Amino acid sequence: MRARAAGLRVCPACQQVCRIPAEAATPPGCPRCGARLHDRKPDSLTRTWAYLIAALILYIPANLLPIMRTESLLGVSDDTILSGVVYFWISGSAGLATLIFTVSIVVPLAKMATLAYLTCRVRWPGQADRHQLGRLYKLVELVGRWSMLDVFVVALMVGMVQFQSLASIKAGAGAIAFGAVVVLSMLAANSFDPRLLWDNDGSPDDDR
Amino acid sequence: MSAVAEDGLCACPECDALYVRHALPPGMKARCTRCGTTLYRAPRRRSDQMLPVVIAALITFIIANTHPIVTLRAQGLVNEATLLASIVSLWREGQEPMAALVFATTWVVPLFDLLTMLFLLLMYRRAVRPPLYTRLLRLLQAIRPWGMIEVLMLGVMVSLIKLAKMADVLPGPGLWAFIALTVLLAVILSYDLRVLWQPSAPRQPETAPLGQPR
Repeated sequence: MRARAAGLRVCPACQQVCRIPAEAATPPGCPRCGARLHDRKPDSLTRTWAYLIAALILYIPANLLPIMRTESLLGVSDDTILSGVVYFWISGSAGLATLIFTVSIVVPLAKMATLAYLTCRVRWPGQADRHQLGRLYKLVELVGRWSMLDVFVVALMVGMVQFQSLASIKAGAGAIAFGAVVVLSMLAANSFDPRLLWDNDGSPDDDR
Repeated sequence: MSAVAEDGLCACPECDALYVRHALPPGMKARCTRCGTTLYRAPRRRSDQMLPVVIAALITFIIANTHPIVTLRAQGLVNEATLLASIVSLWREGQEPMAALVFATTWVVPLFDLLTMLFLLLMYRRAVRPPLYTRLLRLLQAIRPWGMIEVLMLGVMVSLIKLAKMADVLPGPGLWAFIALTVLLAVILSYDLRVLWQPSAPRQPETAPLGQPR
């Protein structure tokens, strides 16, 4: 049995299960905490796509523009996300290079692709295994935040390396673009309602 | 025209399956049989056992922000860096949005989380909770995912490795405080906030049998 089939709604904030009067036109407030009792997250797919497209557009400057500029007696050097990875790889820190490559390049791309795939699966359910899709969504929700790593590294380097004439580090435009990609893809994951994956099922009370 | 609460039921947040709520022994959790999501759990630690953890985390938060994370020495020049000073330098050099993003995720949200937890845990056992309780709990649930101290911690490690190639790096007391704060916050975040929505159970001996399934 699913809550929707039983005529019940779940509070999005406190998860109180509530019976909704049939005549209610607008979603009523939760009796325990007052949050609006929508049946599903409102405009879930539209909002997810809006955030996804914005994130995808910003992903381009995030990777092309420098995230960090180092000025020292030896000259000026600009670092992009990828050149940072390459630098660690060449200087012998392969583990660190792999870590940064994973959280800054693999995770954002995989996250955006996964969310796009999940929204398509809501439209065209096909033969997909819902358990796997649900697990995929949870994974995306869990790992997305780690992409902020590069933004924090730049912020800390800027604060730490301030030796006036000798050396200084400045943040580049790529850093804020990348931060925006992470924030927008977190908002996209947040707007997606995983219950939609189970909704257009045909048999609402299956495998229980 | 208002909704009616169905107290004996709970529904899976991921797949909407409906269940009857049972009382659980401490440390146990109820999972959705269809998609495996945790529905609710009986916390291993009681709410009053979480209080000292929150207070300890607040103290380490103060130390982590008032003492330098690292001292850098290069060619006779010395620079001490704290998190807040880094954010201020970002702001000064015209990177306001980035400074705001870092400030919000590593300072405002974690501090709000700790202060709110302190308030909620203190009020949890009151027979009548103040109206602010509900509002703060909702707000905390909404903004908690934006606190990123553990990611910052990894960022500190990476930048120290980068800097070790340019200058002499001396870890400061702020660094150790940040490590302790990360651990304490992990304990606090593992305390399921959904417990705080439920009415507090009357105090009982730990060995007493807990409620039978309804």
